[in-house]
Amino acid sequence: MAVHTQDRATRPAATDGTQRLSPALLQDEGLLFEIGETSKCGVDLEALREQPNRLGDLARTSSTGLAGLSEPETLRHYVRLSQRNYAIDLGLYPLGSCTMKHNPRLNEKMARLPGFADLHPLQPVSTVQGALGLMDELSHWLLQITGMDVVALSPKAGAQGEMCGMLCIRAAIEAKGELASRNRVLVPESAHGTNPATAAACGFVIDQIPANAEGRVDMDAFEQKLGPDVAAIMLTNPNTCGLFEPDIKRIADLIHQHGGYFYCDGANLNAIMGKCRVRDLGVDAMHINLHKTFSTPHGGGGPGAGPTVLSSRLARFAPLPFVTHEPGSSFGLVEQGEQDGAADAFGRMCAFHGQMGMFVRALAYMMSHGGDGLRQVSEDAVLNANYLLARLKDVFSPAFTGTCMHEALFDDSFLEGTGVSTLDFSKALIDEGYHPMTMYFPLVVHGAMLVEPTETESLQSLDQFADAMLSLAQAAKDQEHDRFTQAPRTAPSLRLDETQAARHPILRWTADVD
Amino acid sequence: MRYLPLSDLDRTHMLSRIGVQNIDELFGDIPSAARLPDGLDDLPDHASEQAVERHLNQLSGQNLNAGQAPFFCGGGAYRHHVPASVDHLIQRSEFLTSYTPYQPEIAQGTLQTLFEFQTQVAQITGMGVANASMYDGSTATAEAVLMAARITRRQGCILAPGLHPHYGEVTRTLTQTQGIQMRTMAPAINQDHQIADLVTADTACIVVQSPNVFGQVVDLAPLAEAAHAAGALLIAVCTEVVSLGLLKSPGEMGADIVAAEGQSIGNALSFGGPYVGLLACRDDRKFIRQAPGRFAGQTVDANGDRGFVLTLSTREQHIRREKATSNICTNSGLCTLAFSIHLALLGERGFRHLAALNHQKACALADQLARVSGVELLNQRFFNEFTLRLPKPATQVVEALATRGVLGGIPAARIFGPGPLDDLLIVAATETNTDEDMAEFTKVLAEVL
Repeated sequence: MAVHTQDRATRPAATDGTQRLSPALLQDEGLLFEIGETSKCGVDLEALREQPNRLGDLARTSSTGLAGLSEPETLRHYVRLSQRNYAIDLGLYPLGSCTMKHNPRLNEKMARLPGFADLHPLQPVSTVQGALGLMDELSHWLLQITGMDVVALSPKAGAQGEMCGMLCIRAAIEAKGELASRNRVLVPESAHGTNPATAAACGFVIDQIPANAEGRVDMDAFEQKLGPDVAAIMLTNPNTCGLFEPDIKRIADLIHQHGGYFYCDGANLNAIMGKCRVRDLGVDAMHINLHKTFSTPHGGGGPGAGPTVLSSRLARFAPLPFVTHEPGSSFGLVEQGEQDGAADAFGRMCAFHGQMGMFVRALAYMMSHGGDGLRQVSEDAVLNANYLLARLKDVFSPAFTGTCMHEALFDDSFLEGTGVSTLDFSKALIDEGYHPMTMYFPLVVHGAMLVEPTETESLQSLDQFADAMLSLAQAAKDQEHDRFTQAPRTAPSLRLDETQAARHPILRWTADVD
Repeated sequence: MRYLPLSDLDRTHMLSRIGVQNIDELFGDIPSAARLPDGLDDLPDHASEQAVERHLNQLSGQNLNAGQAPFFCGGGAYRHHVPASVDHLIQRSEFLTSYTPYQPEIAQGTLQTLFEFQTQVAQITGMGVANASMYDGSTATAEAVLMAARITRRQGCILAPGLHPHYGEVTRTLTQTQGIQMRTMAPAINQDHQIADLVTADTACIVVQSPNVFGQVVDLAPLAEAAHAAGALLIAVCTEVVSLGLLKSPGEMGADIVAAEGQSIGNALSFGGPYVGLLACRDDRKFIRQAPGRFAGQTVDANGDRGFVLTLSTREQHIRREKATSNICTNSGLCTLAFSIHLALLGERGFRHLAALNHQKACALADQLARVSGVELLNQRFFNEFTLRLPKPATQVVEALATRGVLGGIPAARIFGPGPLDDLLIVAATETNTDEDMAEFTKVLAEVL
């Protein structure tokens, strides 16, 4: 079997002229299917005593073709692959809108306690009182932080939390007999893509609201769009430009006056904990990304968790299942529509109770910080972003004037005349030792660069990052083209051909690929 | 506060560099009426690692966990042994603390493992391709139904009577807003084949689970034929993927889309989540274009070397917004990794052995329990889970078993609600069960009946 090897010698040298990739530290590694064998097994299983067959005529006769590895080979395969990943534990991860903060290891340890990890979702309720108690405590913290009335814990990620909130709104509209006439959802053009995608999946029609020159909701345009057919507005606050919407209360009041609801995208909750509560801003529903604000790890793309807080107007529509307080300080579970208090539940978001493993981690995180620490988290997150903004603003081009919240947004006008694009600039950042910032989002800013350092970066780390950014900006002005168009030059892969990947999709290994 | 690196001196320096007097100036856009001058003073102050650990240990201790009792619960979540190296590897910083691989040059670790995961899922399901995961089996099922409706441009969906009721509820919840018309039959152990009679010219898909929620193994081939004859698709659901080591794959039986729960491989029970939804389909551009979620795909870098990227993202919300095939963004990254590592350790040989071991244990247990007076085994064919009819309501029996330290399965009424299935108990056995566990269960069941 041919192992695909990469010829490092042909790579351009790093900017300092030295070859920085050591083959000892960055080993070549083929695909599992190239190094493994179907006959190899890295698990010692109990010997089979007999081979009964109660499968009728449905027993498998074909091979799966699964490649197997021994344990040492497995460790090497995955450790070698892991070294091709950037990670928070390696350095600042300035992805705006993603809140890539430190993931405390205590949380990992707690989620693995057998009383949580080795617990079945359908065990008798009497045997899972500690788990239900934990969910109740998590709910208490989330409700205290947001001031809301009820929280639906089960949504599996942020986008599912949005769906949960919008389905509550839909159920409330239906309960008023307005479903046929009230079907328009207002979404600012700066919104995350999940917002319009969610509203559409919930059967609503999307109506886009433009941003004003200050990066906020254009209030005139918003007011013109109000009417008896408006179901809701979906608004991120602080918004995706990293700015607090100062008219938020007025937006809420107006939408309510017109019989609609206010859905808040909670992706940026990290900026406002302990500074204000979304209830006081007039919000009816908001999902909370436990994997952003409450540091449950991103894990290369999940799992997330998206508990959704609801106002009293929506509380009774919350989905199944939910935890209840029973006499004698015990907890109950409502899992069926026929049970007390569930008559208006709009349905069910997932098979069981939601992301318990993430609940444990988030509660450990919240208890560790306490009410005082969570406020400090938001203050430091905002301070760090503003510090970067202050250090960069004379060279880079901030998209809007003034200070920001937890993330700083730049456009690409500082690159004008350099021939360097936002993409090239971002890729060049890799050669400086950093993961690129969020780029080309939000869509309201040309060539956007959205930088969110989070509160877990030290001053030294921020300064190093700012220095790297400034030196790159200077290099762009100095027309050091190769440093950008050839970037990244020091990464395990050079720039990858995404067009070819989409045009001729190869989505799995097969024996004849290569 | 141990997670916050800034000192007060740093903060003062930074405020002055920014050019503000105090931190609150940075929060000036918050309406004054909404500000919290005292912060979150109703919540306790920060706590040491030790104090947090003490509290959570106490809560954990209030549960009877699966390792403390002979344990036979299934119903969509299964207890399997996960090799130590799996949990070690997924906790490597580079996997644990990385984001979605949007910058492929520095995310090849995640991207290659996703490509390998997709291949493994396609291999065990017998399908052409698989995506990079969904939240869980139930949401994968709902997404598969929406996908089938887009492919066929039809709105009818038929749910088999052996589909896990929670999967049915989730599918209803997540598809009703898009005009999907759902039809089903009363729950039954061995009636799945009858849904072929419900297929009409408006049927987009039929959804069949095998092994079904009662543990019964279902022949999908006649259902695939019936669906295809009417221009509809067959969605095969599987909640126990270990069964695929011993059973004909859904692909071999003609499934068009497979929606499955992958928790059994590599992932803990964790009281229901996080799990990993699997979604596989035919290798057909029309199917792939309508699929939800992410795909990792192979390509080359500027040097011509092989590499991997997220691809076909013009289906996804961050590009297509309201026209996306799904609103899913974050999925089950780290759970796919656990799944993939465990399956790499097993390989073909181990996977089949594991499946055979599960079947052997379940057959032995079923025979033992069926000998208890008043107990009737209802399945003709099953893999590692089966249903018993008891002479008493199963909910009472399970409570009585629990008080005697046995977690003896799932009463059907727990998932279907009270009614005609009250005397049914769904029991699972896996490689984690010993002869002693099974003997204890049998003995205690006889005592409580």
